[in-house]
Amino acid sequence: MNVIEMNGLRKEFTVRVKAGRLRREKRTVTAVDGVDLRVERGEMLGYIGPNGAGKSTTLKMLTGVLTPSAGHARVCGLRPVPDRTRLALRIGVVFGQRSQLWWDLPLRDSFALLRHVYRVPAGEHAARLARCRSLLDLDEFLDTPVRQLSLGQRMRGELTAALLHGPEVLFLDEPTIGLDVVSKQAVRGFLAELGRAGDTTLVLTTHDLADIERLCRRLVVIDHGQVVHDGSIAALHSRYGSRRMVVAELDAALPAPPVLPGAPVQRVEADGRRLVFALESASVAEVVAGLAGLATLRDISIVEPDIEEVVARLYRAPAEVG
Amino acid sequence: MGSVTATVAPPTDPNVTRWFRTFGAIVASGFRRHATYRQAAVAGVVTNTVFGFLRCYIFLAVAGAAGTVAGYDRAQLGTFVWAGQGLLAVIAIWGWTELADRIRTGEIASDLLRPVHPVTSYLATDLGRAGFASLARLLPPVVIGPFFFEVYLPRHWATPPLFALSVLLAVLGCFACRYLVNATAYWLQDVRGPMILWTLGSGVLAGLYFPLGFLPGWLEATLRYATPFPSLLQVPLDVLVEREPMPTELGLVGLQLGWAVLLLALCRLVQRRAEHRLVVQGG
Repeated sequence: MNVIEMNGLRKEFTVRVKAGRLRREKRTVTAVDGVDLRVERGEMLGYIGPNGAGKSTTLKMLTGVLTPSAGHARVCGLRPVPDRTRLALRIGVVFGQRSQLWWDLPLRDSFALLRHVYRVPAGEHAARLARCRSLLDLDEFLDTPVRQLSLGQRMRGELTAALLHGPEVLFLDEPTIGLDVVSKQAVRGFLAELGRAGDTTLVLTTHDLADIERLCRRLVVIDHGQVVHDGSIAALHSRYGSRRMVVAELDAALPAPPVLPGAPVQRVEADGRRLVFALESASVAEVVAGLAGLATLRDISIVEPDIEEVVARLYRAPAEVG
Repeated sequence: MGSVTATVAPPTDPNVTRWFRTFGAIVASGFRRHATYRQAAVAGVVTNTVFGFLRCYIFLAVAGAAGTVAGYDRAQLGTFVWAGQGLLAVIAIWGWTELADRIRTGEIASDLLRPVHPVTSYLATDLGRAGFASLARLLPPVVIGPFFFEVYLPRHWATPPLFALSVLLAVLGCFACRYLVNATAYWLQDVRGPMILWTLGSGVLAGLYFPLGFLPGWLEATLRYATPFPSLLQVPLDVLVEREPMPTELGLVGLQLGWAVLLLALCRLVQRRAEHRLVVQGG
């Protein structure tokens, strides 16, 4: 069952640009250009794209903050803009760069206020808060005013605030932006556990592709307001030709790079003593066997395809790779 | 994780009760938020008190030897000034730019994601703020003034409750005016222009700089009946000093109610229009 549906969703903004000393011209910028997408209940969707691609605008249309210029969207069966208040009870939103907490209040008071704002029965609220407190280690700063929290602490507070009313869909807009490694791991671990439970649909936009690799089975890439990829991460690799690599460390350099069927040499490094093979049709065993007959092997390592490299290529020239 | 993500069970208590409970919780949080800044409250009290002395001496000088001016005697002028200095913070006529700031920075998106209408949410917070200001900012000048100046105490039993109602309506009206001024940020981004106009206009037209009775009769009547400004400060103070007969005072409070309802409805209308053309700044 689809919890999110988008049909030809489009958002245009009008900007005024200088066109002379006094004259200004109106120009239309299309932020989202006809996005069609369906997300099933319990899915964890990574929604990525370069800066200005339309990720956050899509999320704001799905949450009812922005009115689409054209097209239709349904979230939890509701129309986001006309039904925004009702929809707010059924979704949670975390903006990495904005806060939904009350700046002047301690975290504990913010959570108590959210219980009333979202009209959550006291028992349910207490149970969810207790769970988040233990999973996100909130206790040490629960009585600290939000304005005094570190970014990592605040983000843990934001995640809790977004979940206290038990949302069916959680939208996360760059939730790990600016966080240190430990805080990122805490947030990812928490979201992974949330996803495993399977009753919350997660839509995650991020520039940190490690978030996507760790959390999302499905990846949607948007560029210039249009979807340029919709599928698994593996499908992205196979579609854009990213391959696993075998790195062979040799005792001594060979007179010429070896030719192994199904595994062309990609790079020769360390004065010929390190060879990097791309696995096309050959297996790792075949490469190792082929090399063993030609040289003395010191070490072998396998490098998984780099998602950042594929996505960077996708961002640079979507038409070329697509 | 099940307990974290379980969907909200449908509430069993009536809608109106839940609405008031939510509203009350936001009011209480507004009180707590402003109670955090106690040193700022003390600084505000000192400033209001110092200006209270200045204004009181000026008005008494205007009253001169005759001892009356524009229908106020010396004691009424004392009450007008000292209660007015306290009420300034309660109605918060100046200095509120929270909504405009949130529109300018894009934080308004967070407000729109809550299941409470932004006007309702900001109003409830403002009532909490006014509640705190009534204790921390209204009482000190009202207590200090009588030590140094002659003041007028209400004689009619109905005046104190009518004054309380009038102050509440002034808070509602003033909130709505400030909301509308702040909401121009949806269109302008930078609200310094409207804010300067509001600061100048409200000070003069609400009766802060001088009681509107100092103006010619036709101008006072026009301001009083055709603009919302006197309802923000002048009316509650006139009620307190019993400047008019009780039926007239009731009529003025009724007019305040009318303005408050009209302005709050206008806030909702402006908010709805703004949301349709909203651009969230900063991505």
